[in-house]
Amino acid sequence: MKVRIESLSVRYGATTALAGLDLTAEPAEVLAVIGPNGSGKSSLIKAVAGLVPQQGRIVFEAEGGAERRIGYMPQDISSRAALTVLEAVLLGRLGRLGLRVKPEDLAMAQGVLDELDLGSLAGRYLGELSGGQRQLVFLAQALASEPNLLLLDEPISALDIRHQLEVMQIVRRLTHGRRLTTIVILHDLNIAARFADRIAVMGRGRLVCHGAPKAVIEPAMVAEVFGVEAAMSSGPDGALIVTPLRAV
Amino acid sequence: MNATGNQGAGAASVEALYARLALRRRVVLLSGLAAIAISLVLDVATGPALLPIGAVAKSVFGLAQDRTIDAIVWAIRLPIAFVALAVGAALGLSGGIMQTILNNPLASSYTLGVSAGAGFGAALVIVLGVAIPLPEAWAIPTMAFLFAALACGGVYAIGSLRGSSPEMLVLGGIALLFLFQALLALLQFVASPEALQQIVFWLFGSLQKASWSKLWIIVAVLAVALPLLLLDAWRLTALKLGDERARGLGVDVSRLRIRSFAIISALTGVAVAFVGTIGFVGLVAPHIARMLVGEDQRGLLPASALFGALLLSLSSIASKTVLPGAIVPIGIVTSLIGVPFFVWLVIRSRRAFW
Repeated sequence: MKVRIESLSVRYGATTALAGLDLTAEPAEVLAVIGPNGSGKSSLIKAVAGLVPQQGRIVFEAEGGAERRIGYMPQDISSRAALTVLEAVLLGRLGRLGLRVKPEDLAMAQGVLDELDLGSLAGRYLGELSGGQRQLVFLAQALASEPNLLLLDEPISALDIRHQLEVMQIVRRLTHGRRLTTIVILHDLNIAARFADRIAVMGRGRLVCHGAPKAVIEPAMVAEVFGVEAAMSSGPDGALIVTPLRAV
Repeated sequence: MNATGNQGAGAASVEALYARLALRRRVVLLSGLAAIAISLVLDVATGPALLPIGAVAKSVFGLAQDRTIDAIVWAIRLPIAFVALAVGAALGLSGGIMQTILNNPLASSYTLGVSAGAGFGAALVIVLGVAIPLPEAWAIPTMAFLFAALACGGVYAIGSLRGSSPEMLVLGGIALLFLFQALLALLQFVASPEALQQIVFWLFGSLQKASWSKLWIIVAVLAVALPLLLLDAWRLTALKLGDERARGLGVDVSRLRIRSFAIISALTGVAVAFVGTIGFVGLVAPHIARMLVGEDQRGLLPASALFGALLLSLSSIASKTVLPGAIVPIGIVTSLIGVPFFVWLVIRSRRAFW
């Protein structure tokens, strides 16, 4: 599903969160959105999910006329609902659930739970899980909808480094394997550089620049957008390494 | 991936787990029904004249030989016992929906002003006389019903002033609770001694005015409400994950809330209209249901109704037995029994559900 965003604006009362943003996301592409706090990243994703009042235009062009199925994972991972992990994941398929849950819904839930290695937690209540485990459950929920557009708002913020890498590997594999369009908000520039096909940099509700990771992430941009002096180097596998040095 | 902090547990089959959850729901609902059947027979057997339980059971199931017992059972006690069940179910169900759509464990018609609204409507008729062309026996329930709906509308109107978030709706409900209590106090202040006594008695809640015709009205509302709610079961469950997440899953949250509020006002209105304000059942029954079947509304809502029915039926028995020779108003009994029971439930529950 190709997503074309044209002069998109989002306002909350007198506050302007997004001011005329143009951006395109392609199928089989991981598009990472980075930017400082309050730069409008979440508003962008919420607007694409259709959850906030907006001006401008968002065009969805599905490949082969497939219907639009959005898997949206909000930033908030708190939940104390007396729901089991399985029930929470099934909710990802809300539109298709009947009073009686069909075997294919259970099979799909099984698939995503296995993929994220959550199978052994399936019967646990959300309130009993750690924040990181809950974050994985909500990712599983987003994946359970069999989306062709995946919108992830800081999906790895509560995860340990191993899980950060594993989740991003899964996201990348699914995106390329199933030709999903994935827009993911990330704070860690190293993770973004390593896993994104393209990076969009936001600042103050506007798109600052976008392009391939190595073209976008360079000292001048980091200094201007984040106010941080950073050194760039190359890792043993050739990936870009960003070392933040000091706030400027 | 295998570092979720649960190595070695092994991946359980989702299908088996789901079957287990479904079985648990079924067992809880069937046990609830069985408990209700027992409580019903006991409720009918107790009263000024204690009837032999065997004879009562036979009469209830249409196998009686004794005409006197039949007359007492069918004309007097069965309507009361059934109304207790139906009102309990209506209160439990409305409390269950309210706790779900407001995502708040303290929500119920009683705590958020809907019952208080109904009480004010009833008092209005008692003090000012009948403004609508109906005999008083029906004018009081009608006004109680209308004011329950008005209170529900009021809660929603106040809440929607700032985006109908659950917090705003709860604040709206609390504001209305105090408003209606103040208005009620004002009415009591200006009422004649006779009217005052009638208001106070009405507010205690009483099953003694139950009749078959009232029963059918409550049953009809329940029969419409429960299927309508079950159609929204998954959407309501999604609401428990928070508004934003529910919206992200495709739920039209504000419409769902409006639909649910309409059903709450009908359920509470009809329950309070015929038996007066009965607290606690609507608050406690959903908690019991949640502990036993979890938050999946396909199980939670029917279970809330069942445990509401059971609680009120047990309270009805207690109301006839705690003071020999007297029937204590049911509203007093539900709170007296309910409070310690509720505290015990909350303390012994190991899982934090709210």
